[in-house]
Amino acid sequence: MAETTLFELVSPERLIISKDVSMVVVPGSEGLFGVLPRHTSMLSALAPGVVDIYEEGVITEQLFVVNGFAEVTGDRCTVLAEDVIPIEDLNPDELEEKIEQMRVDAQNTSEETSIRLNALIAQKEVVLQAMRIVRLK
Amino acid sequence: MPNLKDLKVRINSVKSTQKITSAMKMVAAAKLRRAQEYAEEARPYSARMDRMIATLAGKMNDVGGPKLLAGTGKSDSHLLVVMTADRGLCGGFNSSIVRATRKRIAQLKNDGKQVKLVCVGRKGSDQLQREAGELITESLEGITRGKIEFSAVADIGARLINMFEAGDFDVCTMIYNKFQSAMTQIVTEQQIIPASIPESESDEDTVGMYEYEPDESAILAELLPKNVSTQLFSALLENTASEHGARMTAMDSATRNAGEMIDKLTLTYNRTRQAFITKELIEIISGAEAL
Repeated sequence: MAETTLFELVSPERLIISKDVSMVVVPGSEGLFGVLPRHTSMLSALAPGVVDIYEEGVITEQLFVVNGFAEVTGDRCTVLAEDVIPIEDLNPDELEEKIEQMRVDAQNTSEETSIRLNALIAQKEVVLQAMRIVRLK
Repeated sequence: MPNLKDLKVRINSVKSTQKITSAMKMVAAAKLRRAQEYAEEARPYSARMDRMIATLAGKMNDVGGPKLLAGTGKSDSHLLVVMTADRGLCGGFNSSIVRATRKRIAQLKNDGKQVKLVCVGRKGSDQLQREAGELITESLEGITRGKIEFSAVADIGARLINMFEAGDFDVCTMIYNKFQSAMTQIVTEQQIIPASIPESESDEDTVGMYEYEPDESAILAELLPKNVSTQLFSALLENTASEHGARMTAMDSATRNAGEMIDKLTLTYNRTRQAFITKELIEIISGAEAL
């Protein structure tokens, strides 16, 4: 029996990937973890980072995920992510510009919205850092 | 006797109305197809989210759990999220939602509860303005124009959660139209805060076997706010599909009615024309006879 795991990547808009793979590496909030068939059941929050999909020993797809969760059982691995970006389309500079723009906005608005914006900026910076690391690889 | 020219003008105006309604029907049909696709594509996410929450909630029940799940312990103040369309001309779509909302408000007030409203969609806030204007804390529009972005909905979700944490309300319910088919939409009330727990489909013994990273409560604390946004998002998608469905049906019947009216008017027009001719002939003949 050639063992595979059913890997599903889902964003709020649609089901992006659903296929049988030999292994996936998922960026858990406590560190990367690989999922092979018959993995123990677990639920994990995700850190912004790259999901590597292995088929027959080689990486066939890499996707950057933001704000997600993974559910792993013996025969499947489901990743829910709010943002999914194929690694080729990653553009940290664009995000950096956006953050800069938000900083400017945050200074020019009421206190309440600026607190909200600052929280958002902090989130985006973590994402940006993760993106930069990906690019460096 | 009706004037021939007036009849002609009326026939023409009904004809142009018919053209407009049939064009609107086509547009609504095309939009409906797309909206339905979006709604279907979004289903896997909410289904899996439900599954995770069910798994987690099963474990948390004994310990109490965070406020988003367990509630504030009272239900004095209710927030209703009313989802309508931004535009009219879609049959009973908006008014059925508004009617359900009014009923709900009256019922809650009878029970001595406080009611607040958040209107998504312009028509809802317009129609509720007169009798419940002071209850509307926020009204949003333009979200359903074009494709609904999850990030925009997540923003609303975050705002609701902020209000909840500030103690502005205890229970949040959304009212929207669930898409059944192009002909039928079902007005649905769904409680989103505190989260209504979906029935766990997995067996009891598998529930306990999960490992959690970082730990149950941390995951749940992250998952629950997302769940609010996800529920809002899927409700909005359903609502948009329903809106286009309702508009398509309404425009279809408007087109048919216009057709009937044209037939009737044309008949009257022809009758009148014949009557005129007959009258003229009689005049000529009687004139000739008189000579």
